[in-house]
Amino acid sequence: MSLAELICPAGTPAALRTAVDAGADAVYCGFQDATNARNFPGLNFTPDELAAAVAYAHHAGTKVLLALNTYPPAGKVDLWRHAAYLGVRYGVDAFIVADMGVADYIRHTHPLARLHLSVQAAASSPEAIRYYCENFGVKRVVLPRILTIPEIRQIRTEIPCEIETFIFGNHGLMVEGRCSLTNYLTGQSTNMDGVCSPASDVQYVRDTDGSMSSRLAGFTIDRFGPEEMAGYPTICKGRYAAPNRPEGYYAFEEPISLNLSRLLPELIDAGVHAFKIEGRQRSKSYVRNVVTAFRHAVDDIRAGRATNMSDLVALTEGQKQTQGAFETKKWR
Amino acid sequence: MNTDIRDAPQPPLLGTGMFARLACVLIQPMLSRVVRRVALRHPSLFARLGSHQSTDFLIDPVDLPFALHLRPDPQALVFRAVPRDAALPAGASIRGRFMLLLELVDSEEDGDAAFFSRDLEITGDTEAVVRLRNALDDIDGSIATETAEMFGAPGRAILTRLRRSYSMKNRQQDTR
Amino acid sequence: MAVKAMKPKLTLGPIAYHWSAHKNRDFYARIADEAPLDEVYLGEVICSKRAPFHEADLPATIERLERAGKTVVLSTLAEVMLKRERKATDDIAGLDAPEIEVNNAAGLYARGMRPHRVGPFMNAYNEATIDWMARQGATHVCLPTELPAEAIAIAARSARNLGLGVEVQVFGRASLAVSARCYHARAHGRTKDNCLFVCEDDPDGMPLKTRDDSPILRVNGIQTLSESYIDLLPELGRLAADGITHLRLMPQDVDMVGVTTVFRSVLDGKVATTEADMRLRDLCDGTTFSNGFYHGIAGYRRIAAAAST
Repeated sequence: MSLAELICPAGTPAALRTAVDAGADAVYCGFQDATNARNFPGLNFTPDELAAAVAYAHHAGTKVLLALNTYPPAGKVDLWRHAAYLGVRYGVDAFIVADMGVADYIRHTHPLARLHLSVQAAASSPEAIRYYCENFGVKRVVLPRILTIPEIRQIRTEIPCEIETFIFGNHGLMVEGRCSLTNYLTGQSTNMDGVCSPASDVQYVRDTDGSMSSRLAGFTIDRFGPEEMAGYPTICKGRYAAPNRPEGYYAFEEPISLNLSRLLPELIDAGVHAFKIEGRQRSKSYVRNVVTAFRHAVDDIRAGRATNMSDLVALTEGQKQTQGAFETKKWR
Repeated sequence: MNTDIRDAPQPPLLGTGMFARLACVLIQPMLSRVVRRVALRHPSLFARLGSHQSTDFLIDPVDLPFALHLRPDPQALVFRAVPRDAALPAGASIRGRFMLLLELVDSEEDGDAAFFSRDLEITGDTEAVVRLRNALDDIDGSIATETAEMFGAPGRAILTRLRRSYSMKNRQQDTR
Repeated sequence: MAVKAMKPKLTLGPIAYHWSAHKNRDFYARIADEAPLDEVYLGEVICSKRAPFHEADLPATIERLERAGKTVVLSTLAEVMLKRERKATDDIAGLDAPEIEVNNAAGLYARGMRPHRVGPFMNAYNEATIDWMARQGATHVCLPTELPAEAIAIAARSARNLGLGVEVQVFGRASLAVSARCYHARAHGRTKDNCLFVCEDDPDGMPLKTRDDSPILRVNGIQTLSESYIDLLPELGRLAADGITHLRLMPQDVDMVGVTTVFRSVLDGKVATTEADMRLRDLCDGTTFSNGFYHGIAGYRRIAAAAST
């Protein structure tokens, strides 16, 4: 049994090679269209690039997981079906899916394909996970980042599939696959188009005092003072005023990243099969540093050695890190 | 690692006036050679740029005596040094220390991290910058090293010195 | 080839907010007696901590609504994680009557092949998913609020071919996100476990304004809603023509009997849309209206409806 697989992001073919070379057990990636939740400009793979990437990864013994983790709007399902066809043709090792129609289609059209349930499906209870396992043959669930370690341990005893959890990167606040915040402001949907705060709607404005405003579709999401660390212009990391918080505050969450490096042994003990690193939209440099650090950490744990993780805080949003919901219920 | 662009040595006249104009003239032949070479060796770069091949980028190394104007159009490549006071309005601007920008091009540094720490400043068309970043990030190897190689031993020596002084500056800032 | 459109039914969605038991009772008493509605969805969909406040009244509310000729449907929680949430979902999924609307895959699992409705949190975005759900016993599907008109038409056609009812929200704040974290508690420096039900103070959600003072969102416990009310009055004709069988009004802290009456009068062809829209504005004073999602643009936007097709 292979415990604690390291699942690493690949936004470009070069990033994929970087992740493979840095010791990823598996990489996940997507096509240059709405079929995956990181449909960002200049990112992702053409069919030819995916074919070459799978060959490169497999040569090194690394698996390739194809993200088909968005929700096709009615009338556009064929794009997702074709992506599944390409994935099978190029020999990807699993599909990461969220939509029931897409899962049902792959299960019947490509019965040998392995299915992972995306975090976008928001399956956060044993019953929900069993629904996908029993109906679509899902072999692994990527858990939402809202559960404590004791809760994960409990779920593990009640489901027939493997568990993958996020251990590093962007700290999603909303239940994934249930968020239309971006669509409300920009007209582009996270679920249907695979975008979150699309760059085409983002504007950074430098103010005279050296502070910087980040705007999304004309709405000021945050304003950073000259000495303040900045974050992404995502709506759930913005600063707003409420009636009892007229000064403005981070209503949902401050710019911060998830980092569970200190909880890895506990997560393994709780029965987590695979650790996922977020960040397909990040650079090769990020992939190299984060994958290398976690590769060493996981190898140390497997060998029973004490681990000494290198500092990754410089790569975190707002240069702050959290253990989020995993550590304590108080996060909620 | 908080090298802040606002702390950069910026004499008021840097990048403007006679000196800047002269520097631009001197450096131009080298820039033209560099950009032609990169385009030739990495044609896939243009596909990732998509419609932003025709966008004018102003790359502004705050510690150099001039800014750089890039239009990554494979049919009519533009990469030229411009005095700051004569720079045309750009579709997108990227501002930071020269060595940081160089490390970003080579993916030695992470662009988002530099942005979080406010070492990197982006204005104008954000999508254009994201596309350029992703296009450059998909290049294996080091553009800086390739460029240095073009100029033989002196090129390599200059790059080594630049990198050393940059990492020294970083260390000094870390301990300040 | 114009198919004669059936007149859609008018439904009232479940109350998203934490209204007091007293306010709830009064609300449903008036709805039962005065609102020209066909169907009413009941139950706590957002926060499992609130459910105990209303459980005692539920049988009487159901009885009163049914006596007034309204079909009652019980909705399950959108988020199911904790033991009490799993139990609440199981309990509703075990009922034979009234009908139930499922909002989480845990509910689908518990319900099995027995008949059920699929709620707006279930992400039934397309014909393939609707087809799957129909094969699992779904009788009715409420489409996601952000689905644009073209997709709604295609989804509705496939739902009708499968014999399913198909529903679209036409009034009220749009649910934009849910979370495991309670943002009402957070705004008051508390956590979800010791929230002291501060969300009760905001019967129409807690407003959030941007740094340059634009009202943008409303917080309702773990849910984030739109600042604007969706208003698809001008689009009712097209929705009916496209085969939508049910139109959902979401309860807001306004005169919902009045709102219902406005929609009913347009459906019955008694009042012109422009006049009805003005009445709606009077009933929801100070609120902005939007129809951007329906028209495939930013959800908060409001555009004049295109000439009906």
